[in-house]
Amino acid sequence: MEIPYTVKPRPDTGLYNAKIGIWLFLASEVMLFGALFSAYILLRVGAPDGFWPDVPTAWPHGLLNVPLGTFNTAVLITSSMTVMMAWTALKENNFAKFRKFMTVTLLCAVLFLCIKGYEYNDKFTHYVIRLKDGSALTGHLEINGSSPRFWTEDTLAAKKLESVEVLQDIPTVLRYPSGFKHEEVAHEPGEHHIKREIKTADIQSLRPFVPATGTFFAVYFTMTFLHALHIIGGVLVMGYMTFVGGGMWKTEPERYTNRIESVGLFWHFVDLVWIFLFPVMYLL
Amino acid sequence: MQTATTHAPAHGHDHAHAHEHHEPGFFSKYIFSTDHKVIGIQYGITSLLFLFFGFSLMMAMRWQLAYPGKAIPVVGELLRKVLGDEMASGGVMSADLYNSFGAMHGTIMVFLAIVPLAFGAFGNYVTPLQVGAPDMAFPRLNMASYHMYFWGGVIMLASFFTPGGAAKSGWTSYSPLATLADTSNVINGQTMWLLGMVMLITSSLLGSVNLITTIIQLRVKGLTWMRLPFFTWAQFVTSFLLLLAFPPLEAAGLMQLADNLLKSSFFMPTGLVTSGGIVPVSGGGNPLLWQHLFWFLAHPEVYVLILPAMGIVSEVIANNTRKPLWGYKSMVYASMGLGFVSFIVWAHHMYLTGMGTTISTFFQTTTMIISIPSVIILTSLFISLWGGSIRFNTPMLFALAFLPMFGIGGLTGLPLGFNASDIYLHDSYYVIGHFHYVVAPGTIFALFAGVYFWYPKITGRFMSEILGKIHFFGSFVCMNLIFFPMFIQGLRGMSRRMYDGGSTYFGNGVDPGVLKLNEGILHAALALAFFQLFFIINFFWSLYGGKKAESSNPWNATTLDWATPTPVPHGNFETAPTVYRGPYEYSVPGAARDFIPQDQKD
Repeated sequence: MEIPYTVKPRPDTGLYNAKIGIWLFLASEVMLFGALFSAYILLRVGAPDGFWPDVPTAWPHGLLNVPLGTFNTAVLITSSMTVMMAWTALKENNFAKFRKFMTVTLLCAVLFLCIKGYEYNDKFTHYVIRLKDGSALTGHLEINGSSPRFWTEDTLAAKKLESVEVLQDIPTVLRYPSGFKHEEVAHEPGEHHIKREIKTADIQSLRPFVPATGTFFAVYFTMTFLHALHIIGGVLVMGYMTFVGGGMWKTEPERYTNRIESVGLFWHFVDLVWIFLFPVMYLL
Repeated sequence: MQTATTHAPAHGHDHAHAHEHHEPGFFSKYIFSTDHKVIGIQYGITSLLFLFFGFSLMMAMRWQLAYPGKAIPVVGELLRKVLGDEMASGGVMSADLYNSFGAMHGTIMVFLAIVPLAFGAFGNYVTPLQVGAPDMAFPRLNMASYHMYFWGGVIMLASFFTPGGAAKSGWTSYSPLATLADTSNVINGQTMWLLGMVMLITSSLLGSVNLITTIIQLRVKGLTWMRLPFFTWAQFVTSFLLLLAFPPLEAAGLMQLADNLLKSSFFMPTGLVTSGGIVPVSGGGNPLLWQHLFWFLAHPEVYVLILPAMGIVSEVIANNTRKPLWGYKSMVYASMGLGFVSFIVWAHHMYLTGMGTTISTFFQTTTMIISIPSVIILTSLFISLWGGSIRFNTPMLFALAFLPMFGIGGLTGLPLGFNASDIYLHDSYYVIGHFHYVVAPGTIFALFAGVYFWYPKITGRFMSEILGKIHFFGSFVCMNLIFFPMFIQGLRGMSRRMYDGGSTYFGNGVDPGVLKLNEGILHAALALAFFQLFFIINFFWSLYGGKKAESSNPWNATTLDWATPTPVPHGNFETAPTVYRGPYEYSVPGAARDFIPQDQKD
């Protein structure tokens, strides 16, 4: 006996096997990301009121680059559309068109990852500095014209630097929408950073924006990294199907189309997760 | 094992087998097989080995509890040689080793022994046969599922040899304890535990997707939902539990991994102080978050342990009472109810965490509600016995013993479900007694029933009845001698976490009587191990020396798994069967025989 309904749908369920399989897998994925979103809610609700970084465990706002995040959202939505057009092209029996749309999808995915990588790098070079007088500030370090990653106060001590140059962020009202008051930093209108020299001896601690620095960063990196892993998985599978495993189109066109439909469903899901991640991380 | 030797030259050769035309080689036949029957047997043998290994860990711990600080005879020396002086100097179990063994006993028994045996082995072997399918819906995923499980198990075993030993924060791995238990090494027992769990979770994800699809899509003609054997129903509900309950633990595992490796603070509260002073983390995390996510998995997991057992017991009881199951439909609906409600009872494990009385009340209510479907299933099985001419063969004995044993386990759970009484009983030996009654003489007995019951289908030979009965009666007596005294110990307030058997807890001879029971439990455990030898001998000897099964349906059963040739060939059925009737048409008045197979036309 052969395994039935691998390609043709079963009459009473109207589905072929892999389609049920991928939906069940996505149900499980919903629970995976659902648990992480729940963790986010619990940690955020449990965070104390007040300014971050003045209150170290308060929830930070406005640290992520909203224009870039918006652009990335558009990139992913575009890729979701093109993967569907690719599947439609297969239904129209047009393999060349399919390949074109699939290439656009893959390019979008890679572009998304590059932008995400750029944003990650920006966080690794971004620091929260606590001074011995009790105040705290954020900004990028500037050492010999470049911004180093993952430094801590121990690095400063090891490098025997007497002082560091900091591009201090200017907190704006937009950063703290909940109406908290914050210390004004004198600056020219339209300026986003002010260059400032800080003595190493004044620095209590120097921490990059990494998971160890606070639960916001922990949640942000864990969730977006898991999401990025899903993107990478999708790129590998779609790339394989389009450029290596395309021969199946000639031998079993219907099965091939089904495969593209399944991976497309997965891709829509990955897109959907981002549509939740973006407002939750960048805007709220 | 026998199945594979008669692996028919692939007439239905699927794509995975495209390269093997006549006789597949050893590796593709036994190791990288995509045949659900071979994978079922792989799961079965691996999980039985883990079952015995998990039991052995516990025997060493029981020695330490009975005779604290005394060298373990023979084994102690072996432990010292294998794990080093730090762990077992002079053959005496150290506190760290005790904690490791405790954590790994739980982990191995739940994730590597019982679930793979109940779901991986029986689910894989029997379910496709019962729905009349030629194989699982996704044979290669099935193979991947087994291999993920296998390597998850290897990682767990390897963790014993990491510096500092295996995970030692309980099978629940509560944070922040689990994060702080072993900070000196990056790759420590807890990291290995988390990596192993990720593998096991992936394995069960693949397995459950596969089984659900198989049951929905591959049912043969005429096999409607209400004609499915109860075993298949139980596996179906179990699959959903695995599919939906496991991912939150995976999420929690990722967060704990981040806490351990990246020093984040998901579960680390602000200002946490240990013996080393304030823990240098950013803080702001929440230890309760771990517990919620863990128990969100681990309570449905209890039903993953028990539902397949109920399925096996139902098959064996219907077959050996020669009667239809009483209340089959109620049992089906009850199992679905059990599945749903099992997702909203998890926090009854957390009454003492200070999460608040309102939440406790909610979970107390749902916990009481979930006992209703369990009672429906158990009662139906009891009533099924009424008026039957029961065949007391070994599978039936195990299935019958399951009923009162699970009954004791279930009823002793009620005082734990009420938060007022749980405050007293929590973390005492009473809890250990309760859930072991559910899982050990409960689920494991049902699994033994399944092994004895399907053995003739798998190998073509019966297991020895004499050895089987010695195994049964010995195990039955010993199980009760082990677990019943724990209720008494627990009610007298003995904590479950005492490495020295609780003597420091009780002070200077306040209640030596309860502590004395530890010696009795140790001897009963050793005797239980002795009676398992009969099973092991029986299992291997019967492959060659067992009584031959004359027909392919030696128990005169009705379901489709007995409609295949014995041993089952590759592809299972010669032609797709058609189903004409319900699953348990035994002793139908006016019928020629006392059973009518599902695929028999009027």
